[in-house]
Parts: sequence; structure tokens; C-alpha cells
Amino acid sequence: MGVFRAMIARTFSAATSRSLRVCVVGSGPAGFYTAEKMLKAHEEAEVDIIDRLPTPFGLVRSGVAPDHPETKIVINQFSRVAHNERCSFFGNVSLGSSVSLSELRQIYHVVVLAYGAESDRVLGIPGEDLSGVHSAREFVWWYNGHPDLSQLAPDLKNTDTAIVLGQGNVALDVARILLRPPAELATTDIASHALAALKESSIRKVYLVGRRGPVQAACTAKELREILAIKDLYVNIKQDDLQITSADEEEMKNSRIRRRVYDLLSKASSSSQTHPSSGQPELHFTFFRKPDKFLESSDKSGHVAGVKFEKTTLKGSGNQIAAGTGQYEDLKCGLVLKSIGYKSIPVDGLPFDHSKGVVPNIRGRVVSSSDVGQPVDGLYVCGWLKRGPTGIIATNLYDAEETVTSISEDIKKKDLTSEFASGREGLLQLLENRKIKVVTFNDWEKIDSEEKRLGSLMGKPREKLTNWKDLLAK
Amino acid sequence: MLASKSLQLGAQAIKGLSRVSHFSKFVAPATITPRKPCVQDGELYSTTATSSADGGNEEKEKISVTFVDKDGEETQIKVPIGMSMLEAAHQNDIELEGACEGSLACSTCHVIVMDVEHYNKLEEPTDEENDMLDLAFGLTETSRLGCQVIAKPELDGLRLALPAATRNFAVDGFKPKPH
Repeated sequence: MGVFRAMIARTFSAATSRSLRVCVVGSGPAGFYTAEKMLKAHEEAEVDIIDRLPTPFGLVRSGVAPDHPETKIVINQFSRVAHNERCSFFGNVSLGSSVSLSELRQIYHVVVLAYGAESDRVLGIPGEDLSGVHSAREFVWWYNGHPDLSQLAPDLKNTDTAIVLGQGNVALDVARILLRPPAELATTDIASHALAALKESSIRKVYLVGRRGPVQAACTAKELREILAIKDLYVNIKQDDLQITSADEEEMKNSRIRRRVYDLLSKASSSSQTHPSSGQPELHFTFFRKPDKFLESSDKSGHVAGVKFEKTTLKGSGNQIAAGTGQYEDLKCGLVLKSIGYKSIPVDGLPFDHSKGVVPNIRGRVVSSSDVGQPVDGLYVCGWLKRGPTGIIATNLYDAEETVTSISEDIKKKDLTSEFASGREGLLQLLENRKIKVVTFNDWEKIDSEEKRLGSLMGKPREKLTNWKDLLAK
Repeated sequence: MLASKSLQLGAQAIKGLSRVSHFSKFVAPATITPRKPCVQDGELYSTTATSSADGGNEEKEKISVTFVDKDGEETQIKVPIGMSMLEAAHQNDIELEGACEGSLACSTCHVIVMDVEHYNKLEEPTDEENDMLDLAFGLTETSRLGCQVIAKPELDGLRLALPAATRNFAVDGFKPKPH
């Protein structure tokens, strides 16, 4: 028996001593595109993708809106990567609490951090802590069944008005989910707790508020077209706000996206009815308003009742900025969703640029903050953690290519595999010692099947499991 | 396998003969010897193919398409009429991404039509395609989505360039892009 074990051990180490052991932290698009390209570029590489959630795919699962199923098709491609024999997915493994960064760097030759941005930018204005004020990320995670936000219970019954701060695609997503007839959402993969709340929602008016003008609105044509097409929706865009300056013309000349978005907004403004009929849902695009403070309700202490805005005007050229005019205006509401940007979370032992909210890097190579500009051996970054929380799923394709190119160049210069790294075996042993239940891709597929099965009973593509206990029980 | 290969070669030979007399114009079906319909390796008919006016007894006509990758390497393939460039690329192991698998929900199958004449022969992009092209990297005047370019006889000799992945990801001066 001892001889047999020794033989197995020898076979094992013989097979792995030539392998490049890579760990990718984060299983969203950045993580999966990185894994895919590493596997392709290095036939000897073994890639382990870890994620703190039991479920893979990051924001493709928890960020993409339930009524955008085509955007989630990329999961098929990511699943094929996970099925590669040189690739493994390990869920419920958290960087920081399950395993430290320095441990990962000992266990793997190469570590790529692709864990995105799980926090929010804050406005830093009075009243931000009032109840009824949420970040769009929290609201999105809530309706998408993210296990961390299943208990959010946003109050959608105390008011008929919601204010969304921001005019990017995430802002449009939350506005659309609030305004679409719940019957239309009932056949999507929206979380049941959210569907139930939306069915009882009294919200009929949504304001999408931007600091600047229609030319600067960050949304894109497809999403704008979609929200404008909601049946029986009254859309309000003030003609005055559509006046453009030569600086605006210049911005549109340089950007096809901006031109097409502006054109859609103009068309919507001129073709809309003059006023809403009673009970008709309303969508207001409000421009040139910067939030100054959140107003507290006099009836419901501690709860938001409105937002005080300062009117703005645009200054400068190229990237025009909003400057306050000293004039103020209040908008009443019972719910505020801040859609002003995500923010990455720093981790022990990781250089971090707090002002930009990213890990300092040169083309994906993490650079030290103490030994300024010097790349940290074997440590790389990809996705939002690398370049900030912007872009689309496809942006990570090119981002991953850049990071993997850097890794490949570095490997050519220094043969990392000459040093032993225990890789997968080392990680699994460590996690077992810590009694951490690892969720494999196979386990995820059981969750996946169960969700699809439950969904089919309700006419939905899937019924998501939304609490940790259920997800870890599989 | 061998039998189908010789059928394929036979078809090419016949086409070659016809082409001599017709230059780049489409070869009329009457000059092609009708063959039994068959499915050959890598030549599955696209489910989006429009039905042939000649009935089911003829093998679909194919056009020649050349993909040029970002390093300038060229790969020439034959694409059956009615098949999208995305599907044709995948069947021939050409590295064209297709994250949304042809549902007009991404821009990863972005291709650049290298000859303006061919570009002009394409149907105008729909609003939906234009919305996705807005987001494509390295967009040009003759850019299209590969899943929306469908092989037709007038496109014989089509040359498609895969966009170079030249992006600067430095955070400094990074222009905010939508998500």
C-alpha cells in the first residue's frame, strides 16, 4: 500500500513539475477570459479559478438585468473553459478569509487578481445614510438574487416616486425594472423576492438625474431605445435641456455613441405627449442637477423624502465638467438609487491606489507602491480591478489579452516552473485543513440544474437559489 | 470521408471551369451539374439559409471568403450561401469571438470589410446592429458584425479583417466607457 501511494505521489509530482500553476481570483468575464487565454497560450499551464461565491460568472449572473438574457449567453463559452481538463473552478473560496494573498503566491507560480469592484462610490453628502437610499449595485444584486443582498427588502410601497442618480446603463436598468409591468418580468430569471416586491410596488414615477446634459449621458443607444419603448410610458425630456453648444457638437463629432444617444433623446422629447394621463407611469430625464443633500422625511424619521439639487452649467471643452450655479431645487421621492459608479475593495498585502480605486499596474503587471514602479513578481491584475469599473463584457477580452501577453513575456524571461509550486493540490489541502467547503464546477452544475428545474415549474428560465445555505447544500 | 472529399474536389473543378467564362459574376445554376444533396465535413448548411429556388437537389453555392487576422495572416475559406460569417469562421477554426452567439447582444464578432465595393453590397445595418457597432473596438467606416454578414453570390472574394486588439488600458486619461 505504501509503495502504491509512493508511486502515485511520484506520478503526480512528475506530471505537475513541468506545469505552470496559475490562480485566477474572480470568475467573472475578466477571470474567465484570462483563464481561457492562459490555457491557450501555455499548453503546460494549469489554471484554477477561485471565487468567494458558490456560483461563478460574476456580474454576468448578478449584474446583467433579468430581461437581458442574450447578454448572458457568454456563460456557455465560460463553461467550456471551466470544462477544460487543465482548468478548475473553486467556489466559496474567499481571498482574505479563506486564503491570504501571500499564501496564494506561494502555492501558485502566477496569481491574477480579477475580483472586480464590489463596493460603491459615495457622494459624501448629508443624509446619505437615510433609509430608502441605496446604491444601484445593491438594488441590482437584490433583484438578481445575489445571496449577500437577498434580505435588502427595499421599501417600494411608501412612495410613488423614485430618483435614480446617474444616467448610465445601470441607471437605466434599475429604472426599467421599476417601471416595467411585473407580468413581463415574471418570465425572466428575476429573483422571486424581487418579483413579489415589484408586484406590490407603488412606484409610478422615476427620475433619471444627471449632473450634465444629454450629450454627456453615459447610457448607450440599445438600452435607451429599450426604456423609451416601455408600453404606455410617459417620457419627459425638457426641450430646453436639449440645447447644444459648440463644445457639445465637438463631443458628438468625436463619438458616434454620444451622437446616437442625443438623437434618441431629442426624438423622444419632441414626440412625447404634453402631459401624463392619470396613473400613467412616468420617466423623467432630468439634466444639469447635482445632488447637494438628501432630505429627511418629517413623518417617517430616518427615512428619505427627497433630494436637494444644485443646478449646474457646463464648463470647459473636450470632457466638459458640471459647475454649480448656486441655484437649488428639491425633488420629492421615497426611494433613491445611486448609480454613480462601483469601487474596488483593497486586500491585505496588495498595493492599492485609493484615489483611482484600482491596483497600480503596468499592462496588468502589479507594481509595488513602496518600491515605486517596480513590478511585483508573479502578480497580475485584470478587469475592473485593473482599469476601473467601466466598459462592457467584451472590454475584458482585450484586457485579458494584454495581461496574458505580459505574463507570457515574463515567463519567457524567467522560467517560473523551475520553482516548485503545489498549485491545485496545495490549495485544496490548505482549504481542507481550514474546513472550507469548496464548490466545484460540477457542484455549480447541480445548482444550475436545480435552478432550471425550479424555474420550469414557474415558467421562468431559472429560479435562483438566493441564500448561502441553499447554495452550499448542493 | 474520402468519397465526400472527392465530391468536394469535383465541385471545385466544375466551378473553376465555369468561372473562366464568367469572370467574377455569379455562375448560373444551369451550368453546374446537379448533385445529390449531402452534408460534408465543415459544410453544414446554416439554419438561417434562405430556401434555394432550385429545389433541394443542388448543393448550395459557396463563395470564397478570406479572413485576415491582426498579424496579417490570411485564411481563405468557402462559405455556403446563406451562412453568416461568424458561423463560417467557427466552422473553420478562425478566431472570431461570438460571445452572444449571434443574438445581436455584443460586438465581439466585429469584422472590417476590406473592399468598399463589397461593403456597399451588404444590406444596411439595422438599428440593433448599429447599437452594437457603437461599442465595437477599433470601429471603422466599413465595420460590420460578422453574425450579420450573410454569404451571397455578390460577395464572392470577400476579404474580412479581424480588428487589432490595440487598446491602451492605462487608467490615466482613460475615457469612461459605458457598461
